[in-house]
Amino acid sequence: MRDQRLWTWHIGAGAVILVLLGLHMTVMHLDAIVRVFNPAPGEPVDWANVVARGKSVFFLVTYVLLLGTALFHGFYGLRNILFELNPGAPAKKAMNGLFLVAGLVLFAIGTWAAWAGFTVARSA
Amino acid sequence: MADHTVTSEVVFRIRRFDPTTDADPHWEDYRFPCPPGMTVLEGLKQIKESLSPTLAWRSSCRMGVCGSCGMFINGRPRLACNTQVSELESSLITVAPLPNFNIIRDLVPDLTPMFKAHAEMQPYIIRDDTREQQQPTGEYWQSPHQLEQYLQFSYCIKCGCCMAACPTCATDPVYAGPMPLSQAHRYSSDSRDGGFAARKQVLSGERGPWRCHFAGECSRVCPKGVDPARAIQLMKRQLVVDYLKLGKQKCPASIAKVPDGVKRREGIPEAPPRTI
Repeated sequence: MRDQRLWTWHIGAGAVILVLLGLHMTVMHLDAIVRVFNPAPGEPVDWANVVARGKSVFFLVTYVLLLGTALFHGFYGLRNILFELNPGAPAKKAMNGLFLVAGLVLFAIGTWAAWAGFTVARSA
Repeated sequence: MADHTVTSEVVFRIRRFDPTTDADPHWEDYRFPCPPGMTVLEGLKQIKESLSPTLAWRSSCRMGVCGSCGMFINGRPRLACNTQVSELESSLITVAPLPNFNIIRDLVPDLTPMFKAHAEMQPYIIRDDTREQQQPTGEYWQSPHQLEQYLQFSYCIKCGCCMAACPTCATDPVYAGPMPLSQAHRYSSDSRDGGFAARKQVLSGERGPWRCHFAGECSRVCPKGVDPARAIQLMKRQLVVDYLKLGKQKCPASIAKVPDGVKRREGIPEAPPRTI
């Protein structure tokens, strides 16, 4: 049951990443065509455009969502690769714990950074 | 291009291993004339009869049906009885036991892990109506379309070639492998079967299809044209749909009713009595 659940979430996370990376590519590389995400003149990475996106709750949510799905997708993939090296049961348990803690810590740091960026942009 | 109509000399390079005398497997060469149409299995028989009587391998039907003579021939898992020497396009034929299995002796692999995994998958029709199965009163109804869902997977002869070609089986002994998984799908996709929930107990865990990389080697080497890689992907989809509770509960096929008021045409003999 566990692998069935993890695999389903893995696939779901992959689908979300596909959409969000598409959005990222649109924002960062199709700015000549789609200006709605970059209202200020200049490059998408210019301060004015970064602040404009940073104020948006939509972008805050997508940043956190992308972070969570990418962490889960990546760590699950890494776990599968390592499990194929046929480690023993204690090593598997340790890896599960390590990836869970590492994922949660990185997610917490990333979410805090996204929130901090949001509040800075709002006050700018 | 080689002329396949005349007898030519070939060298069979065979991986030999006798656990009672050898520490490691080693290669031995056997040179003999190869008449047109000779299969690798016939070559092995010739070696045993005239060059090395201690050579051991498994074979039975010699017509690609029993699945006993799976071997690693010229770098690819094949059935020795189904492989003509001429089709290998080489005068040097290397024959080794199937990879990814322990060797019992010479060309005899230990297929026990594969058959153990196969048994775990409960590869048979599972239904609640055990009385009907033991004392059938009719036939379970199945449409040609429903038959198509599993037909190709039922051609599997359990030769182990797919297991020998699978890169995941090479490293991960927990992974059940393409043959058991495709057979689990064969029965779960049978409209007469109601055993998906029972098989799910195994499939949803580590033994399930999750480690398949979809390299597709199992399908490439299958001597019967079965596509185990497809079965595994379909099974993943079935398990994901089941987890998300998106699929409809499958009702095993009911018994086909004998039509009323139908008269047999003249000249058609009665059906023979049931054998089950």
